Amino acid sequence: MKLRELCRQLSLEVRTAPEKLDMEVTGGYATDLLSHAMAKAQAGNVWITLQGHPNIVAVASLLNLAGVIITEGMAPEPATLEKAKEQGIPILTTPLTTFTVVGKLSALGVRGVDET
Amino acid sequence: MPKITRVQELVYEIKIEEVMTRNVITVTPQTSMAELREILRTHRISGTPVVKDGELIGIISVEDLIKALAGGEIEATVEKRMTTDPVTLCADEPIIIAVNHFARYDFGRFPVVDREGKLIGILTRGDIIEGLLKKLEVEYHEEEIRRYRVSHIFEDIVSDRTSLVLRYDVITHDFDHAGEASSKIKRALNRLGAPPEIVRRAAIAAYEAEMNIILHTDEGGELVAEIQPGQIIIRAVDTGPGIPDVEQAMQPGFSTAPEWIRELGFGAGMGLSNIQRCADEMHLESPLGKWTSLEVVIYLDQRGLCSRSESGGVIQVQAPQRRRSET
Repeated sequence: MKLRELCRQLSLEVRTAPEKLDMEVTGGYATDLLSHAMAKAQAGNVWITLQGHPNIVAVASLLNLAGVIITEGMAPEPATLEKAKEQGIPILTTPLTTFTVVGKLSALGVRGVDET
Repeated sequence: MPKITRVQELVYEIKIEEVMTRNVITVTPQTSMAELREILRTHRISGTPVVKDGELIGIISVEDLIKALAGGEIEATVEKRMTTDPVTLCADEPIIIAVNHFARYDFGRFPVVDREGKLIGILTRGDIIEGLLKKLEVEYHEEEIRRYRVSHIFEDIVSDRTSLVLRYDVITHDFDHAGEASSKIKRALNRLGAPPEIVRRAAIAAYEAEMNIILHTDEGGELVAEIQPGQIIIRAVDTGPGIPDVEQAMQPGFSTAPEWIRELGFGAGMGLSNIQRCADEMHLESPLGKWTSLEVVIYLDQRGLCSRSESGGVIQVQAPQRRRSET
């Protein structure tokens, strides 16, 4: 499924890189710990987290992630948005909790790294 | 804002004279429509300028010929059936002007004149497309050569031991620039044509090493990527405080990070084990109170593919005996 479709289905707010939404999402991974994302998330995955600081962009960019969903209405820092724009990483925000987002993604057929 | 494509740039850069057809077949006003038919047929063209005493006076196309045939005027002269005062293009104008002309007028070709009004060429849509494609092909070829040169640097530059060393200063607690050094290393490896799996492993190892310097050192340190023909070495060296218990630090989940760092999502205690997972060789030396030196080797050749297990490669931890109470 394309990231654009996920954004539509979950009513995610696209904060950066709207030109990168045609990327095919290969799966999903949820954690607030960056090293765990670094270890587990696969290229093309969408990463669901509460973190909003600029380092999420570094992780997403190093791993070639499809995008980052920031949950519970947490506001990403301005520096995060700036970096994400620069590096073409879609930052998506939602008032929903991580649990709900993951549930919805799962229902749409997005699989975890241990399921694929 | 949508990005401007290379083709869009090129239509402003390339001049009409670069893509036009130069050897123009022309006819005179006295040429008959029957003769015109033969000229168009032999040269496989669909129209031609009409020239009188070296001066462009009109243009005649296959459409005019068909109309003449339909009207039974095959013996009429070109002068009678041609379009007079043809719209022309100037040779030194960019082809965007021609593109606009084709969009605006319903003509299949435009005569091209120099600044004195002398006919020097003719331009069709086909000429523009061909010209653009040729230019793109040349540029693509140049880019290929450039890529080839970078990825074959180790074959082109010969020494007994060639290596490319990239050094990055990493500042302690500088979260704003965290990850930048490893991003740059990743870009360099991609540029050098390293296989994606190798780039991914090197990027993860470099990132975790960079983060360790940012999170745990007193004064920061240096992150170095040394690229050799057969392997990539990532080195992180700092000036302290050193690791109290290296074996413990290697355990997944063990962390000494303070609460505020954990709240940022760092300090999960996975750094060193992540590095280990990506390494074919890992050397960690850390005399307490002095410095830490981490060296990660990633093999580029078969060696790595054969010997590396899921849990990582050769691990060599050098740490002097210490009292546990220090931790």
